[in-house]
Amino acid sequence: MLDQLLSKGLAQAGGSFWMPPQASTSAEGVDRLFYFIFWIAAFFFALIVVLMIFFAVRYRRRKASEGPGGGPTHNTALEITWTIIPLGIVFVIFFLGFRGFLDLNTPPANAYEVQVTAQRWKWLFTYPNGHVDDNLHVPVDRPVQLVMTAEDVIHSFYVPDFRIKRDIVPGRYNKTWFRAPQPGEHDIYCAEYCGTGHSDMLAKVIVHPAGDFEVWLDGVSGALDKLPPAEAGAQLFKARGCLQCHSVEGKGGIGPAMNGVFGTTVVMKDGSSVLADENYIRASILEPQSQIVAGFEPVMPTYQGRLKDKEITAIIEYLKTLSGEGGAH
Amino acid sequence: MTTQENRAGNHGHDPYLAHHFETHEQQFESGKLGMWLFLATEVLLFGGLFCAYAVYRSNHPEIFIYAHQFLDKQLGGLNTLVLIFSSLTMAWAVRAAQLGERRKLITLLSITLACGFIFLGVKAVEYEHKWKHGLLWGKYYQSQTHDAHGAQGAQSPAGEASPQPAAPAPDIAPASPGVAAPGSERSLLPSAAEEPRGLAVPSEKIDTHGFGTVVPKNVQIFFSVYFVMTGLHGLHVIAGMVVIGIMLVGAIRGRFGPRFFLPVDNAGLYWHLVDLIWIYLFPLLYLIH
Amino acid sequence: MSENYLSHSHGIRSWLLTLDHKRIGILYLISILTAFFLGGVFAMLIRTELLTPKATIMGADTYNKMFTLHGAVMIFLFIIPGIPAALGNFILPIMLGAKDVAFPRLNLASWYLYVVGALFSLLSIVTGGVDTGWTFYTPYSTITSTSVISLTTGAFILGFSSIFTGINFIVTIHKLRPRWMGWFDMPLFLWASYATAIIQVLATPVLGITLLLLIAERALGVGIFNPALGGDPVLYQHFFWFYSHPAVYIMILPAMGIMSEVFAVFSHRHIFGYKFIAYSSIAIATISFLVWGHHMFTSGQSGVANAIFSFLTFLVAIPSAIKVFNWLSTMYKGSITFETPMLYALSFLFLFGIGGLTGLFLGSLATDVHLHDTYFIVAHFHYVMFGGTLIAFLAGLHYWWPKMTGRMYSEKWGRVGALLIFIGFNITFFTQFIMGSKGMPRRYYNYLEKYQGYHEASTIGSYILAVGFVVVAIYLVQSLVNGRPAPANPWGGNTLEWKCASPPPHDNFAQTPDTPSDPYDMSRLVYDPAVGGYVEKANA
Repeated sequence: MLDQLLSKGLAQAGGSFWMPPQASTSAEGVDRLFYFIFWIAAFFFALIVVLMIFFAVRYRRRKASEGPGGGPTHNTALEITWTIIPLGIVFVIFFLGFRGFLDLNTPPANAYEVQVTAQRWKWLFTYPNGHVDDNLHVPVDRPVQLVMTAEDVIHSFYVPDFRIKRDIVPGRYNKTWFRAPQPGEHDIYCAEYCGTGHSDMLAKVIVHPAGDFEVWLDGVSGALDKLPPAEAGAQLFKARGCLQCHSVEGKGGIGPAMNGVFGTTVVMKDGSSVLADENYIRASILEPQSQIVAGFEPVMPTYQGRLKDKEITAIIEYLKTLSGEGGAH
Repeated sequence: MTTQENRAGNHGHDPYLAHHFETHEQQFESGKLGMWLFLATEVLLFGGLFCAYAVYRSNHPEIFIYAHQFLDKQLGGLNTLVLIFSSLTMAWAVRAAQLGERRKLITLLSITLACGFIFLGVKAVEYEHKWKHGLLWGKYYQSQTHDAHGAQGAQSPAGEASPQPAAPAPDIAPASPGVAAPGSERSLLPSAAEEPRGLAVPSEKIDTHGFGTVVPKNVQIFFSVYFVMTGLHGLHVIAGMVVIGIMLVGAIRGRFGPRFFLPVDNAGLYWHLVDLIWIYLFPLLYLIH
Repeated sequence: MSENYLSHSHGIRSWLLTLDHKRIGILYLISILTAFFLGGVFAMLIRTELLTPKATIMGADTYNKMFTLHGAVMIFLFIIPGIPAALGNFILPIMLGAKDVAFPRLNLASWYLYVVGALFSLLSIVTGGVDTGWTFYTPYSTITSTSVISLTTGAFILGFSSIFTGINFIVTIHKLRPRWMGWFDMPLFLWASYATAIIQVLATPVLGITLLLLIAERALGVGIFNPALGGDPVLYQHFFWFYSHPAVYIMILPAMGIMSEVFAVFSHRHIFGYKFIAYSSIAIATISFLVWGHHMFTSGQSGVANAIFSFLTFLVAIPSAIKVFNWLSTMYKGSITFETPMLYALSFLFLFGIGGLTGLFLGSLATDVHLHDTYFIVAHFHYVMFGGTLIAFLAGLHYWWPKMTGRMYSEKWGRVGALLIFIGFNITFFTQFIMGSKGMPRRYYNYLEKYQGYHEASTIGSYILAVGFVVVAIYLVQSLVNGRPAPANPWGGNTLEWKCASPPPHDNFAQTPDTPSDPYDMSRLVYDPAVGGYVEKANA
């Protein structure tokens, strides 16, 4: 069929005219249904427009003095026909859509499970061994189930290349799954509006080639034990999403930039000034609402219970290096 | 009905017939239909709340069973009787208007209005009682500690039994995450708390529902639903009283009679609806088993 | 010109205290066009911002407020009251041969409520805007620091305005028809208005209670939708869509009513399939209450619920399809003329065709998961709401303009405007289908560079669209100044509004029309060049 040729043929070159590349095992089925509906819709649209243009030309009034038109005023058989035929077609579409939906929602039993936490405006992916990352790393060709919850408002986990999307609602767990047959990188979007940084709430799915995933996970896990504190802190700063709001290159963001902050005096919203020492950084991480820097909104969530003391220390060590290098400008 | 007649019947000749209606009958039926449609919108307005009630009750029956015991059945029942009685006087008032019995109409409308005031007064007593004990909606809810119970027992009007059984239950589960609940420290006197439960209405001991002394989580949801539903109903009672007040003024001025009683009729319909909503609210909120 | 509703009385008081449905219709028309202008300005700013993937002319927070206000203003202030309250108010009683709506005071009150609601909405703009999106989803709407309360209060009040209009129309249609006019002697616009009014009356209160709960949540911390207090944010979505899905039929049904009039009148023949069109309006109104869950296929509601809502969604597509086929058949063997309203009607068929058929992708569960909350949705509802309702509104406005103002507009410029809008619209929104199915999420301030080409095309299209509207505005205003006086029946319609003068006298009809007539019997109407309009053949 033409639609299959079109969707298949173009899939190699980064997706078809309508759809992005197919990077999960579900994508092909979704695309097949999409193009099935597409050609039905195209047929009916063409029918409507062709008839409209034909009637408009054929039955146009040629002289101003021409009398009113004639033609039948009703035809019950015809009405019933064009009620029944579309009804049959939409039932078929309904059935195919429902079947595809069941596939999208039924993860295989042996799925690898990753916990997803969405919060404004970042993604945190927690692996079974406790490692937390800001991108989703998965092994190739293995079903992955995501168990997702949100910290603050509703978000939605969306990977166009996988054709999956699922809202993430605070106070409950929503699940989705996929299986990526090829190694590669794919965009993750937040698809449910969540405020200022909604459109920056992006991440990547990184599909590792066979065997590579375990190597990667071993390498990044336990960074605190393997690396000097400042380097481990740099990793944490990125992996826990701090970077999403706090630039380390002096750029503006949702929160203040962090380079050159340590050791300086910071002006608060209430007019007071605070020396940015270890205790200040620690307090800002654990009780972010207690001290708001002038010019910023109180939107940072607390990390109480989510960062261990050792991890906070590592982050502080990392922030110190930022002041050493680029500071005092 | 020819249009000539209609035009002749226009301005001036018949002050009770608006110019765009042809007959009194047409005007009356229009007014009636319009009122019924308006009542339909009111039903749907409350319908949303009843849906919310149904959703939360089916998801968290334990909250409703636990929390409804803080409501006062006697006062709720009294209010139910007051409203049912006022519906009777209102219906009678409509009849009086149709028959042109002006004095009777004035008396009956006054009684109905008085019933409205009684209802609101009782409601105010109930609200005040809950206010005192932090039995409030959403984020203002304070979980019921032993201390609160003491105050409650001393002051509860009519010595009603309902607050006691559950009130002293130690608050094991915090009221909710993210809510500052100052009174949520555990009671140190659990054994004392057992006592009044046994003395109160035995059939309603909460531990018969399988919760033991555990207070369910998120009790504030019940009070949110309670205050929103009764509060919105209260606003409707006030609106109804304003309408009845206007009818009363009209009756005193002698506006109504056999030829023109549609406003009284419609005010009556509205008042019956307000009563009817309460008749659903009372068992749903106060009489949970 | 003889005495008419415009010259009946003078001065600002005679307008602000009027009980005449025609004047109230004009007040509404002015109000909604102002709102449309405002919403249009927001749209232009949004499209301009999206020219580049990063900041173009505004910051992220400003952008978020822009799309919220664009949606809220267009939906609550323009498109919902658009056809019923402005055009319907003017035309409906005349089509019935009535002197006014059943409750003229309620009608005026509904306009004042509209104004108060609009002022509350404006208040939210001057107090810093709202950034929740027009859907006000909780818990975001409970925690954002922007002026949610004034905008939702505005929407709540506008809801009452809409309810009052609905009650008025239902009672008017039931009780003020002439004795000879049975239900199946009514023009189809009245059937559509009746179905619309039913939805207005039955669905709007649920929006009212939803917004009330949201206001209580923000102002008092009631927490019924707040997960932090044990509430359920998804319940809010159920409540919201229980109104807002039927609400899209409040928007589209009267548009379909206008289409039925325009296709018959400009094909100069009897409408095809009257009863099927009439019943399909009622069918749409009925099923529309049962499909709200299709906005929530990805929210985590149960698979069974999803299946039921998907199924019912497909059912509601059928009556719309029936209407489209009937309008097409009305052109068959007609004697079609192509004045501006007919151009809009043809353009409606094209755009609504796309809008309706793309609904199939969204009603189907497996494809909706991918397309939900992307530009595909944005494009779909703009094709339905703009390509459908707004184009039909323009058709209706041009169709009844001579009746309302007593003036003819420039036919030549009318056609230019219709063409510009058609072209601009398709460039703006068709590109959004493609980028949406490729994964571009909606409500994105920044976007990835791979989507930039589509966004640029879309923005250019929106500028063409804007030029089209400016053209329309200019020639319509110009027609008020020096347009040719309109004949009673410029297009050849047989519904009752064409039997009274243009503009109509204060009481519409000196005598209630008492000869039964078929609203679509065009056989006795002939064009009279001397009058510049249609007259009844003397010897029929």
